[in-house]
Amino acid sequence: MGADFVQFSLTPILIGVFSAIACALPGNFLILRRQALIGDAISHVVLPGIVVAFLITGVISAIPMLLGAAGAAVVAVIVIEAVKRLGKIEPGAAMGVVFTSMFAAGVLILEQTDTSNVHIDVDHALMGNLESLIWFRAEGWHSLLDPSALATLPVELPRIAIVCAIVISLTVIFWRWLKIATFDEGFAEALGIPASALGFGLVVTAAVAAVAAFDAVGSIIVIAMFICPPAAARLMTNSLKHQIWWSVAFATLSAILGYVFAGYGPLWFGATNAVSAAGMIAAVSGIILGLACLYGPHRSRIGIGKEEAA
Amino acid sequence: MNPFLDALLLQAGYNAALVAIGAALLGFAAGSSGTFLFLRKRALVSDAVAHATLPGVGIAFIVMVSLGGDGRSLIGLLLGSAITAWIGLLLIEWIARHTRLAEDAAIGAVLGVFFGAGIVLLTIIQSMSAGRQAGLEGFLLGSTAGMLFQDAVIIAIGGSLAVLATWLLRRPMTLVAFDSEYAAAMGYDVRRIDLLMMGLVMAVTVIGLKLVGLILIVAMLIIPAVTARFWTERSNRVIWIAGAVGGVSGYLGAVLSASAPALPTGPLIVLVAAGIFVFSLLFAPVRGVLAAVIRHRRFQARVHRRQGLLALAAQHPIREAYTLRLLRREGLVRADGVPTETGRAQAAKIARDERRWDIAREVHQDVGLTGRYDGLTPIEDVFTADEIADFDHRLGGPIAVGDL
Repeated sequence: MGADFVQFSLTPILIGVFSAIACALPGNFLILRRQALIGDAISHVVLPGIVVAFLITGVISAIPMLLGAAGAAVVAVIVIEAVKRLGKIEPGAAMGVVFTSMFAAGVLILEQTDTSNVHIDVDHALMGNLESLIWFRAEGWHSLLDPSALATLPVELPRIAIVCAIVISLTVIFWRWLKIATFDEGFAEALGIPASALGFGLVVTAAVAAVAAFDAVGSIIVIAMFICPPAAARLMTNSLKHQIWWSVAFATLSAILGYVFAGYGPLWFGATNAVSAAGMIAAVSGIILGLACLYGPHRSRIGIGKEEAA
Repeated sequence: MNPFLDALLLQAGYNAALVAIGAALLGFAAGSSGTFLFLRKRALVSDAVAHATLPGVGIAFIVMVSLGGDGRSLIGLLLGSAITAWIGLLLIEWIARHTRLAEDAAIGAVLGVFFGAGIVLLTIIQSMSAGRQAGLEGFLLGSTAGMLFQDAVIIAIGGSLAVLATWLLRRPMTLVAFDSEYAAAMGYDVRRIDLLMMGLVMAVTVIGLKLVGLILIVAMLIIPAVTARFWTERSNRVIWIAGAVGGVSGYLGAVLSASAPALPTGPLIVLVAAGIFVFSLLFAPVRGVLAAVIRHRRFQARVHRRQGLLALAAQHPIREAYTLRLLRREGLVRADGVPTETGRAQAAKIARDERRWDIAREVHQDVGLTGRYDGLTPIEDVFTADEIADFDHRLGGPIAVGDL
């Protein structure tokens, strides 16, 4: 737990934890609203969004990429809604049509443009690259107080920290509205809560979280972060507030354990190379969900007898 | 000839022709088997199944290498992917059935976790066979470069088997897709048919891994079915139209990709399918957007015409500009809004129709008949001539417009 840890592991772990929390918070509401797969759609359209942003601006930098991806998510949500209404198609199929098409367009544009000298490649976008986000200038814990070393922190860290903070504060600010609108949209409308705007805002927030986490963990594994911790939390309690706390705990646990297993696990087995941290985080969150499915105190559906649920 | 035509006529080389035929077969199989998934409203299960193939590919590679093999045998990799895809499928089913989580959460969880595990395995393989390019990343987005004849044979045989299975299972699967409870009452094992349906989808996914990759194979299962649904209301036709849409997009996509460099096959196939989808969404005869707009305009015109004529009959002035334009175009009113001779005749006819309906609704308590009164349907469409004669008898003689 010395200088090496600060240099190589501290920032990836923090980025992983912030990403996991930022995704898990909106994930709670998406799951309860039966919109879990919006996360799936969003994570797939992040790639075309980033590619188009790169094409327009010609630079790889954070702000245009974030905007591009968030824009793509908004476009995807609107197009899904349009296809659903115009074609009278059920939501799952509408989503499937839209996000796969946008993803295909993204891959095609990416292959067409000469991006060989720039740092986006498809595999990276899909799998993430948490390990590479190390803090070169760190020499130990004291570097945390050293402004010149702090200035060389990977930019992904403050970015995801800010997004995480925004997501947390949005959740706190809109807590009452979210709670009411999630469980009873009609009642929420009757109270004068703009429920559909709130639902759209939730999706946009999820998109922003997905984009910020995309840097670190890639676009597909974000889905696991959206769904697994909240789903596991859902099986632990009947109270929304407790569910949120559980999901944050599960998200943090999967990020830390996932990184540790990926970075140090292979060494325990005598291998020399670390494995993908993002993939391991998803796997750990899946194991947590599996355990919750088997032993969670509130795992069964109301109305199912004990024998049937067992 | 230009490269596109060459490729279209399978003259662009051995490999390109192989890919084009394979893609067409795969597209047909995916389109027809994906139809049931769509009709059962479980389209996105295929997304989870597709992503769940990745760890299987990795495990199969590791097992084959540790047994001293090459590790790149397509059959072995596909077998491995089928096993984990099946496990993923059963897990979704189990979670949705035994816990309070909804199916969408189960789909998302399985998708993310299996894909993550697959990525972990890929990184293990990269370090394991240092220096040796395993090329397993090709399964993510498909890679058709260097496709072997035997790969194409696998796709062809697998695709044909999937189509055959679709044809054999079409009746029970249709029944389950439309009314699973009725199917259960008929003695079908709904759960088994669901699993068979998913098994079929999984087979297509696995076959398509090499060609379009696991992320985009979902599109080949969903888009053709959704597209075909626009063109017909009959389930047996949806299957084959979807197959045709899938086959055409597979073929055209592969051809386009062969006609120029840096055009990846998988995305192009999906984009061709998406193009057909958009065309269908807009221009399909009954369910398309254009058809709906035209239908709406016609309805609007009928309402305006009828209301305009009723106003003429009652000698009310018409102020609605659209109504006036409509009546003028038909020569029923003059430019100053005064009815022409035909206009007066038509107005009298409509007014009589309306009065007949009034009588009809007094006389007939049968909602099945009078319920069809919507202010637009001519009474002749609902009642017989002698019934109408009876209404006329109760009405009294005709009254000229203007003498009301």
